[in-house]
This record gives sequence, structure tokens and C-alpha cells, in this order.
Amino acid sequence: MKLDSKVPSGDLAEKWQNHKDALKLVSPKNKRKFHIIVVGTGLAGSSAAASLAELGYRVKSFCIQDSPRRAHSIGAQGGINAAKNYQNDNDSVWRLFYDTIKGGDYRSREANVYRLAQVSNNIIDQAVAQGVPFAREYGGYFANRSFGGALVSRTFYARGQTGQQLLLGAYGALMRQVDEGNVELYPRREMVDLVVIDGKARGIVVRNLLTGEYEKYWADAVILATGGYGQVYYLSTNAINSNASAIWKAHKKGAFFGNPCYVQIHPTCIPHTGEYQSKLTLMSESLRNDGRVWVPKKKGDKRPPNEIPEEERDYYLERKYPTYGNMVPRDVASRNAKMVCDEGRGVGETGRAVYLDFRDAIKEFGRKTIEERYGNLFEMYKLITGEDAYEVPMRIYPTVHYTMGGLWVDYNLMTTLPGLFVLGEANFSDHGANRLGASALMQGLADGYFIIPYTISEYLAGTKFEKVTEDHEAFKEAVEEADQRYKKLLSIKGTKTVKEFHRELGEIMWEKVGMSRNEQGLKEAIEEIAKLREEYWNNVRVAGEANTLNKNLEFAGRVADFMELGELMARDALHRRESCGGHFREESQTEEGEALRDDEHFSYVAAWEFKKIGDWELHKEELKFEYVTPTQRSYK
Amino acid sequence: MEKKRLTINLKVWRQKDADSKGQFVNYTVKDVNPDMSFLEMLDVLNEDLIKKDETPIEFDNDCREGICGMCGAVINGTAHGPESGMTTCEIRMRMFHDNDTIVVEPFRARAFPVIKDLVVDRTALDRIMQKGGYTSVRTGGVPEALSIPVPKQNADMAMDMAACIGCGACVAACPNASAALFVSAKVSHLALMPQGKAEAARRVERMVAQMDEEGFGACSNHAECEAVCPKEISIIGIARMRREFWKSMFK
Repeated sequence: MKLDSKVPSGDLAEKWQNHKDALKLVSPKNKRKFHIIVVGTGLAGSSAAASLAELGYRVKSFCIQDSPRRAHSIGAQGGINAAKNYQNDNDSVWRLFYDTIKGGDYRSREANVYRLAQVSNNIIDQAVAQGVPFAREYGGYFANRSFGGALVSRTFYARGQTGQQLLLGAYGALMRQVDEGNVELYPRREMVDLVVIDGKARGIVVRNLLTGEYEKYWADAVILATGGYGQVYYLSTNAINSNASAIWKAHKKGAFFGNPCYVQIHPTCIPHTGEYQSKLTLMSESLRNDGRVWVPKKKGDKRPPNEIPEEERDYYLERKYPTYGNMVPRDVASRNAKMVCDEGRGVGETGRAVYLDFRDAIKEFGRKTIEERYGNLFEMYKLITGEDAYEVPMRIYPTVHYTMGGLWVDYNLMTTLPGLFVLGEANFSDHGANRLGASALMQGLADGYFIIPYTISEYLAGTKFEKVTEDHEAFKEAVEEADQRYKKLLSIKGTKTVKEFHRELGEIMWEKVGMSRNEQGLKEAIEEIAKLREEYWNNVRVAGEANTLNKNLEFAGRVADFMELGELMARDALHRRESCGGHFREESQTEEGEALRDDEHFSYVAAWEFKKIGDWELHKEELKFEYVTPTQRSYK
Repeated sequence: MEKKRLTINLKVWRQKDADSKGQFVNYTVKDVNPDMSFLEMLDVLNEDLIKKDETPIEFDNDCREGICGMCGAVINGTAHGPESGMTTCEIRMRMFHDNDTIVVEPFRARAFPVIKDLVVDRTALDRIMQKGGYTSVRTGGVPEALSIPVPKQNADMAMDMAACIGCGACVAACPNASAALFVSAKVSHLALMPQGKAEAARRVERMVAQMDEEGFGACSNHAECEAVCPKEISIIGIARMRREFWKSMFK
């Protein structure tokens, strides 16, 4: 199968407009006849469901939480980028595009990234009209800040709760459509299969998480906006319920998986302390605007940080990257933290942490200013660690945060499976091998508000639909398969809990498919995951019953999927014998230890077709760069 | 230095489903690391229950960093537990003492029926939001963001109110099980922003009517809601909601 990205021809700046002008439209009267399912209610899912319903489509919206407002977009702290140039620092659509494609280490499509930069400005307009309380200056205009990896101040923020405020904006839009009768809401439902009829996505089967009953819903198109798969690592900054099951089921039904190995490890998280730990907490990397990262020059220096004199501190990011200093992109910051800890210069009880020090910023701007900027983050840090970061430097360490990979989609956000669209973090589209800070919110909302409402009409208007009902055999089969799977999980009654298996899988992933990867480790990981998966299906112990609220059973299903996805991630990482962005192959680095790309052999998107468990076929979408010249990234 | 481990005695509300009668069940959790979160302590207990072939305790949770609003339990009589300004997931075991007995119950209110154990149905809050927790604006049909300046003071006050996470602790803490703080937070947020003013009257009327419809009680100024609100939303919001409500009557 030849992958067709459907990237329109013409000048980069005009591609999206030309494409929109050429897209088919659905007449207002016919829109009422089309049923669209949206799974997930984060920024991408809520904004898509609301926008499509406003247009007149009949929308069903599903989420696993008790309310659409809980989706994990809500956790995003730092901000959202837009090319407004309100600060007069010479920002532009071109610069946002260029920074994003460069930040992604030239592993994304030019046309997609340019479109993202173009619509970024519409997102701000939309959010403001919704009443999102962005930070303002005394004149009533916007306060913007610079964010990881950017030389301009293009980030809009609402205290440290930007994701929350944008999500509540989109959730509000969704609630309005529910009130108007255009959206039916289905909370506490988990998608357990995608239904494919005549080669097209025609519905889903969900498990009602309160009753355990299976429910069948048909549609003319299915949109998945179910987020990333960072929870495959067990510990991440994702929410406890974040999972890959919806996209994984779709993958097994024929949607190719793009660049599964591209994972972002966020540099500023609160370090891990014990086995009981259930998640790691991220602190916005906006902290790096004022905090200085350092470790002692001497190995094993156990003195309290404030007793280590200036000349014995190594501000390693400032030393190695004089231009960007503490503001280098996430992957560079993370890898450097790992390197200094591997050298034995890490701090804290475990030696797996580095300092982020605000002493100089407090001296320069005063405690009050720092409090205004980061007060809530300092409080959160104190709550979790019991330490006061105004007095002693914070300790931070990298943690899995975001997955750039996801289901492969074309320029219309459609997968290789007709009628199945994927938005937000769940798709692979815009961030290449590394995502820049404040770009996730931008992409989720771009996909949901401004792209899918246009592109879906091309599919709906251009496709002949056979009538489908929930009585179709394909629905029955999907229900039976799901039911057998859950029954099987309950029947094993082994000796190890779901959590124990998940933790073991996470350890393999973190050690061997984490921040730094090599051929031997990846080969071992593939074997170990396969072994663990076999053990899982013979020795897992799942509590309770199927016909009631049973979170342990929900997790059992999700961990079973992670066991398959983890292997694909390792296989993708093994085949990509170059380093790029968040994917660092030890075999491919510069003399200075920086990621070294191999454009001659790897300038493509790896799209994996599922054959059977443990067996995938690789397809390649070549990446062509007409407007930018891929260079070795340098933040020196 | 190894921190001293705690032994914690729990009395947890167990209820099979909405129709069954619930009861407190006693558990003891040993070797509790004081850095653990309260929910991680429950995780450890649940792992133990699963191994013993008992049914684990169901409790809602998701982000575990105090922002999604999904978690919530009444801990020793207080919604979200002993420390103010926190959600249940933010509570740490260092806030308790060795050999403490901790009573854990679901959020209780007529409008929040118990689903199972500590899990309650809070969809009533979504239905209130459906009546006006937004500005009625279409995607794309909006002016340039700079066209309406928003005074910093308004933006800041609006943000204080917009910080509500919809957890429902205010309802659980209120002797009348009123949702006044929840509703007022959204009404105030949008009334403070120029973009929300156009439909301020309709919003407050419809949201308040839905609140009554759902069976939430009336506000009688106990201010218990403010005391437990994890985002420390002030009851000034309720005063503003009343003002908006009266204004709407005379339109």
C-alpha cells in the first residue's frame, strides 16, 4: 500500500487555503443525516465535537471519565503558542513554523506544520471569545512569555492552568451543543473496539464502565481524540486513566501506526521516590525561564546545595549551550540531565536528579515577582517533596510526558482506514521527533476547531454510504470478542496483579526504550516484552466481576494493549538507526554527544501495518523539504 | 535518611451499588511511607485486597495532581481531607500520625447518588453547565483577540473564579448540599469578562434554575464550601451570583 499524504500542491503559505477551497462541502440539509462519533473529550475531542455539532452534524461524544471536563488536557500548565507577534519581537507564522519543524528535528511534514502555525492565531481569537482569562497587562492587553526553545515571546497563558482554561472553553462549547440537542454525551464509556464494515470505519463498541454492559453505536465517521500512550512506561506525567486502547484497537483493525518510538521525556518533573509511586508530577518548563539548572562539579558531592560554592557548581546547560542556555529544547535538556546523573553527579537521595535554582532570579527580580510567576508551582513542589524552593533549589528529573507518535493520518487527518480520523496527541502528525513547549494545546485545538470541520466534509460528501445498523454482524462479533477478552482476564486468577505487570513493563520501557536507546537493549526489550506478555495472559490476577464498576478490570484491558504497543515501540526504535529529537540512538551521535540524524536513510515517517501480534510491516512516507533545509540542530 | 513508616487504620465506606445499603469496613495499612499520597496508600491497600481475593475499594481519580476534579472523598469528616486548598489526591500521608484512624466516606448529597464505594454520580454539575457555562460563540465567528482589552484586575478576578475544577467538594461540605459556590464560580468568571456580559442575565437564570431542578439545596451562608474548596474559591462569588441574579430579574 502506497501512503498518500494528500499534501496539496502550491506555495507553502497557500496550501491550506487552496486545499480548503477545493474541499467538497456537505449541504446544510444533508449534514443532519450524518452521524459522527468522537471518542475522547480533551482539547481535540471537545473542540471537534462542538464544532461539528455547530455545523449541524449529529454527534455522539464519548469519554472514560465521569465528565468530559476531566480529560488530561486539563493538566497542561504552561501555555499555548500563537504567531500573533503582540510583543513586537519579530515573530511570524513563518518563525513559528520554522521553530516547530526544526524543534521536531525535521521529521514532520512541512505542509502540516505550516498549517498549524497559520491557524494558531485563530485559536487565540476563539479562546478569548469564549472568555478564557488569559494573563493580561495593566493596559488590558496580553501578557506573553517565552517558552522552552523559543527566542520570541509567543506563549499565551492563564496562570499555571492554561490547559484547564482552554479545555473548559472547549467543554463549554460542547455543553452548549448538548443543550441544543446536537450532541449526545456518553461519559464513563470505554471504547473496546472499532467496527469496520466494507473497509470503512462505521462505528464503535463501548463498555459501559458502570454496568459492564457493551453498547453498540454506528456512525458515518469515527474520530479518535484519545490522547497519547505515555502510560506504557507506567510512570509518566499522564493521568492514571490515560491509555492507548482506542488507537490500539483501531491499529489492529487496519490503521497504520506512525513513528511509535517518538516519545518526549520532559526535563522538569519532580523526581521519583518509591515503589508505591503512581505517577510523576510535571512542573511547567516555564520554570526554566528563571531557574538555573546545575549539579555539583564533583562526583558524589552530598553537601546541601546552598553550601556548595559558586565555583563548584556546574551550570551545564549554560556552559554547553551559551545561546539557549537553560532554554534548550526538552529532549536536549532531558538527555543532559541523564548524562550528568550517569556521571555520578546527580543529586538528592537517589542521585537521579539535578537542581533547578531560583536563587539568582529571586535576587534579581525579588521574591514577589517569582511568586507571581510560579507561586502555584512552588506550592505544588512543597506539597510533594516537603521542601521550600524559595530557600533551597528544586530537584528535577526527566519523565515521560508526551508521545509524538500516534496513528498515521494524511493532511485531512484521516488514517489509512477510510472514515477513521485521529486528532491531537493520538495522531502522529505535527511534532516530528520532538514537540516544542506550548505546542500540544495548539495542535489539539487546531485539529478540533479548524481542521477536522473542513476536512471531514470531503470524506462525507465524497463517499457512498451503505445503510448500517447496530444489528450488523460486525457489531456482534466485536462485542463477543471484547466480552471473551474481559472474561479471560478475570478467569486467569494468577499470582501477579495488573499493577505489578504494568510496573515491570514500564521498567523495561524506561531502561531500554527510554531516553537513550541502543541496538542490544532494544533487542532485549522486544524479547522481554513478548515474554512478559505471555506471562500476563497466564498469570495475571484481576479482581472482582465484569458486570459492575471494576477499575481493576479496566486497567487489565489497557495493560494488555500496552504489552503489544510496547513491543512495536521497541521495534520502531530498533529499525531507526539514527538519532532524531526524542529518539536518541547511542550508535548515532556527534562527537559532542548530540543526536545525529541520518537524513539520507531515515528522512521518512515510519508507518507500521499490523499483521499479527509481534508481526508488523513497515511502510514509509518520504519527507520532502522544499522550504526549509534540514540542518543539524544546534542550540549552542 | 529513611523516613519513619506509619501504620494507618482505615474505616472505609463500602457500598456495592446505588441500591444496596453501605457500611464501614475496617482495614489496617502498615509500612506507609509518609511521602505517599493518600490515594497511593489506597492503591497499596487495594493491591493487598486483590491478592487476598477481596474486592478492591472503588474510588474515582485521574490526574493525581489536583486539577482534573475527578477524585473526592470525605476524610475524617472533611471533604478532601485535613489540609485546606487541596484535592484528595494531593493529600500526603505525612499529614497524619502513626496509628491514626482515618474515616473515609463518599461525597454525600441528594444530587450525588453513590454509585459504588467512594464513587458518586456528579453528572448534575454537567447538566448545570449545559445551561450556560459558556459564551454562545461559534467556532470561527469571533473577533481578533486584541479587539477587546480586558483590565488586568478583571482578568485576575475572573481567573480566581475560573479555577474551579468541578469536584463537588463544596456540595459535600454544605449542610444544605447546595451547589451555590460551583455555579457562582462560572457565573462570576463569565460576568467579569467582557465576552461573557452579553448573556449574563440568561446564564444566571438558567444555571440557577437547573441547580434547583437537580435537587441541590439553597445557600444559607455557612461558608463551609469555601473552607473545603481545593482551589480556594471565595464566597464573594456567591455574592456576585446573587447580584447577577437580581440584575437579571429587572431586565
